[in-house]
Amino acid sequence: MDASGADGGRARRALVAGARGLVLAVVGFAGSLTLFVLSVLSIVFIVLGVGVLTTPAVLSLVRSWANRRRVLAAEWYGIRVPALYRPFPADARTGLVGQAERCRLMLGDPATWRDLLWLLADMTAGFVTALLPAAVIFYPLEGYALAAGLWRIFTDGTHVGWWYGFVPVGGQGSAFLAAGLATALLVAGYFTAPFLLRAHFQLTRAVLTPDEGELAARVEVLTQTRRDAVDTSAAELRRIERDLHDGAQARLVAMGMDLGTIEALVEKNPQKAKELLAQARRSSADALTELRDLVRGIHPPVLAERGLGDAVKALALRLPVTTDVDVDLPGRTDAPVESAAYFAVSEVLTNAVKHSGADRVWVDVHHTGATGMLRIAVTDNGKGGASIGAGSGLSGIERRLGTFDGVLAVSSPAGGPTMVTMEIPCALS
Amino acid sequence: MRVVLAEDLFLLRDGLVRMLEAYDFEVVAAVESGPELTKALAESEPDVAVVDVRLPPSHTDEGLQCALAARRARPGLPVLVLSQHVEQLYARELLADGNGGIGYLLKDRVFDADQFIDAVRRVAAGGTAMDPQVIQQLLSRRATEAPLGGLTPREMEVLELMAQGRSNAAIAGQLIVTERAIAKHTSNIFLKLGLPVSDDDNRRVLAVIAYLDQGR
Repeated sequence: MDASGADGGRARRALVAGARGLVLAVVGFAGSLTLFVLSVLSIVFIVLGVGVLTTPAVLSLVRSWANRRRVLAAEWYGIRVPALYRPFPADARTGLVGQAERCRLMLGDPATWRDLLWLLADMTAGFVTALLPAAVIFYPLEGYALAAGLWRIFTDGTHVGWWYGFVPVGGQGSAFLAAGLATALLVAGYFTAPFLLRAHFQLTRAVLTPDEGELAARVEVLTQTRRDAVDTSAAELRRIERDLHDGAQARLVAMGMDLGTIEALVEKNPQKAKELLAQARRSSADALTELRDLVRGIHPPVLAERGLGDAVKALALRLPVTTDVDVDLPGRTDAPVESAAYFAVSEVLTNAVKHSGADRVWVDVHHTGATGMLRIAVTDNGKGGASIGAGSGLSGIERRLGTFDGVLAVSSPAGGPTMVTMEIPCALS
Repeated sequence: MRVVLAEDLFLLRDGLVRMLEAYDFEVVAAVESGPELTKALAESEPDVAVVDVRLPPSHTDEGLQCALAARRARPGLPVLVLSQHVEQLYARELLADGNGGIGYLLKDRVFDADQFIDAVRRVAAGGTAMDPQVIQQLLSRRATEAPLGGLTPREMEVLELMAQGRSNAAIAGQLIVTERAIAKHTSNIFLKLGLPVSDDDNRRVLAVIAYLDQGR
């Protein structure tokens, strides 16, 4: 569905742009209008106190709505719209105080106000730029229908019964004129529809990208993601140290002790020595199992041996839920990106299995050479209702992907299905 | 019996050579890298190859790839793959050609010399030896999806051992019952799984795994 692909042909591209424009116009308008009204109400109600509780939730919705559009912009036209939200501190409090804190942080973030401005722009100029390509592609159909005889429904041929554009339709003759106009529109649409829809996303980028202080915002994001990365790896090191200390190391010590006892017992009480030997062997097997699990947690062997695609396939084989994996990766990415993507997928899948109640999951991993983007979609047929918020695993994934300028979008209406889309800019080797 | 061994860690290689020789195998080549393995397999025509998955120089799944390539060149060449970890993905690739003579075991299994040597012999004879861990994953996954045709716990046990590649005699030995009892269990299992009965050990395992693969 790559609109810029050379194989598609101009006609197909125009048609695709028209269809996408129509969907964008309808869904975009409804969504942005609803969210804008909700946001304004919610922010106004902060005065009454209720808004403190609702605002973070509503603004999070706005963010994922904008993120969804970012994903579409990158996917359809390769237009990168940076997501420069200020991250929440990792030690954010929970409960009422945390909620107020989140509310304050979100309202203090210029990106939030840009989002709200974008909602306004999206339901006006955005609506027009999305509807135009749809109109030039689909409105001509009406003109042809009029010429083919539809005009009879509106008029008996004695008066103007219908206007098609600026053509008054009053009989078969003027209906043919309408068809002529339709053809002119269609020709125009044939050449311009993709550019018109492109303009829609350029508008999105123009409104959502900060014009001033962009660098400052970027630095802030980088500082935060670097802190997150350092924190995460420090926590990881602590976990590994603890696991080694309490697990494998302790078992090896126990084994050594058993062997010492065996040495002393071997002649006095061979029966007991034999028992201890069996125990020592079990300890060594357990130590190996623990080490193996630990290694899998640090860097999964299949990932090291085969790369992301096969590692995700191997992961899917271990899940208790039927999982279809579709991989299109013509090469391997950098090891850190590979690893981050793998653990993100792993966590999303674990979430899906644990919470969604799904009995089928689809994972799609592909890399678009044109935009240099690794795109992973995890869809399940569960009950939905997943969200990015305090305490949810998804915000952890979002933070970790942030280190690589990756974006996470979640679409999970109540009743399902849940679709988690992740995008990480990277090159394949 | 002539064995080619590929393992990059000196201590393990040395230990394996000693163990294999203690059980009257002739180790014709003990190599430490992928290219050496390919060469040894082509030149010495062994009865069985014991291969570590991860080998230098790439330190990825080079051993597995060399083994698969050698089996393409000489179909049915018995290969026992050892690994620090076992993955269904690799097990499937090894079993894919349906020629038998395949083993895939965790390295830990060498702790029990008798069982390990038994696995090598079984593979050399054209049978299979699948690590219990792979089979357990397959079975537990299958069990959460759909009950295995209403198998009794005892039949599940038998199925598990059967899928690892054991013969009826070996299963009877392990479960401490008569071979006749096992034969009864296996025919019940085949009946409940809707599999045609076959005398061939190797086809038996492939049939089980093919059944477990269904519904993916």
